[in-house]
Amino acid sequence: MNRSTPPPDGRAGSLPAAYLRPGSASFTEFVAGVAPELLPGRRPLPAGMSLEAPHGTTIVAAEFAGGVVVAGDRRATMGNLIANRDMEKVYAADEYSVVGIAGTAGIAVELVKLYQVELEHYEKIEGTIMSLEGKANRLASMIRGNLGLAMQGLTVVPMFAGFDLDERRGRIFSYDVTGGCYPERDHHSIGSGSLFARGSLKKVWRPGLSEADTVRACLEALYDAADDDSATGGPDLGRRIWPTLAVLDETGVRFLSDDDLAVRVEAIVADRFGNPGGAR
Amino acid sequence: MSMPFYVSPEQLMKDKADYARKGIARGRSVVVLQYDRGIVFVAENPQSLRKISEIYDRIAFAAVGMYYEFENLRVAGIRYADLRGYSYDRSDVSARGLANAYAQTLGTVFTQEPKPYEIEICVAEVGATPERDQIFRLTYDGSVADQHGFVVMGGSNQAAEERLKAGWQEGMPLADALILAVAALAADPAGGEPRTLSPDQLEVAVLDRNRPRRTFRRIVGPLLADLLNVDSPTSHAPEFDEDVPGHHDTLSGQPAAHPDHDDDGNQGEDSR
Repeated sequence: MNRSTPPPDGRAGSLPAAYLRPGSASFTEFVAGVAPELLPGRRPLPAGMSLEAPHGTTIVAAEFAGGVVVAGDRRATMGNLIANRDMEKVYAADEYSVVGIAGTAGIAVELVKLYQVELEHYEKIEGTIMSLEGKANRLASMIRGNLGLAMQGLTVVPMFAGFDLDERRGRIFSYDVTGGCYPERDHHSIGSGSLFARGSLKKVWRPGLSEADTVRACLEALYDAADDDSATGGPDLGRRIWPTLAVLDETGVRFLSDDDLAVRVEAIVADRFGNPGGAR
Repeated sequence: MSMPFYVSPEQLMKDKADYARKGIARGRSVVVLQYDRGIVFVAENPQSLRKISEIYDRIAFAAVGMYYEFENLRVAGIRYADLRGYSYDRSDVSARGLANAYAQTLGTVFTQEPKPYEIEICVAEVGATPERDQIFRLTYDGSVADQHGFVVMGGSNQAAEERLKAGWQEGMPLADALILAVAALAADPAGGEPRTLSPDQLEVAVLDRNRPRRTFRRIVGPLLADLLNVDSPTSHAPEFDEDVPGHHDTLSGQPAAHPDHDDDGNQGEDSR
């Protein structure tokens, strides 16, 4: 089968037949037809080899009355080394959803980039926003496409959260490496520090918490994760590096500014002074 | 058995062109024009099948003629732009590249297929300054024209063209541009009384120069009526998206539905 490798530019002439084929509103399906090498998971790897690549770590999410909060630390590790101190791991997928990534950073970032285009592509072709369930399922199928790489150690396990415009509430979805998609209740956490973060959220989170308190609960969960997991980055007061935190409500996604986060994180650090476990 | 007759290439092309032109003239017109903060698209289109669409961050598409033919090209354009933006960078997607691809496609169909496309397309890209705006008009045979100021496509557009030529000037505010565009669409080709077009017969969208990333916004409802109202002080679309839940590609000027915004005096419109 004859496949054009680079996307055609002006000089390459008219639009290839695949572009004019009616049907799918999926960008991934389109790319799989015209330029499959651009998709993560479609590149063959030598069998039986493994390599060390930077890993992203802890993501937490918690629902509140009007939406959902998603936060991630900023550290990427490679073995015992810190590969990156200020990596972003929480991305807006579209106006009403975010993806937090854990696992092999390079592939995860590529997957998110593809996913963002996937949602925007659908929006433009169909003229409407995809349902939240639809978005969660699209992400699942993309993770499934990565199974081959995952079996060689390059796993990507994201967490997806969004505001459901039909049900008017925030929702959280978790995934496994085979593409299984699980709706989560109340709160969830993924990545190497997730055990500690989840324990922290269990004690701090309550139904009916306000937005500000939910933000604090998520930041505290990341603090607790960093306290016990060396791969999770804690608040870096010296470099002024704060976690990434997104709030989703009926007006859409909003990332908290560094100045805002600085105040909130410094308050937590101050409260933990002499009370490292945050007992209350 | 019938004998195949010889038809000269000139005659063949002329017949095809006449056929396409007739098809296009049957439809209603679309006007695209520059205003001070971007490019506005106005179509007389009371139905929900769109003639105007977003292609990419700063690029939009308008078309007249056979719906299924231009819809196919619209989707192809979105695929082209998204693939290019994904494999290079978002800033590497340009209206010029897309217009070239469309021109080749239209030209190939015109010369090789028995039936030419009965469509006309406009691809416009809003630049950082009005001088950098690009408006390309593509016709059924694949010819491209780089237009400055305004474009009228479809219908019997001579009257509309004259109306725009007389009225358009650089740096018009959105409200003036819209009123001019509607006057052009309403002009009677036979020279009689212009028709009256109500806001719900119109499909209106803008590429707003000052927005970050995706600049395409549809303008509907009270905001459109307000902009078209000569007596209203509103001369521009708001620079901020509305707080209402749902797709943020539409500006309607409707106040937000939730109670904590009720005491907010400024609802949607601003004329800064």
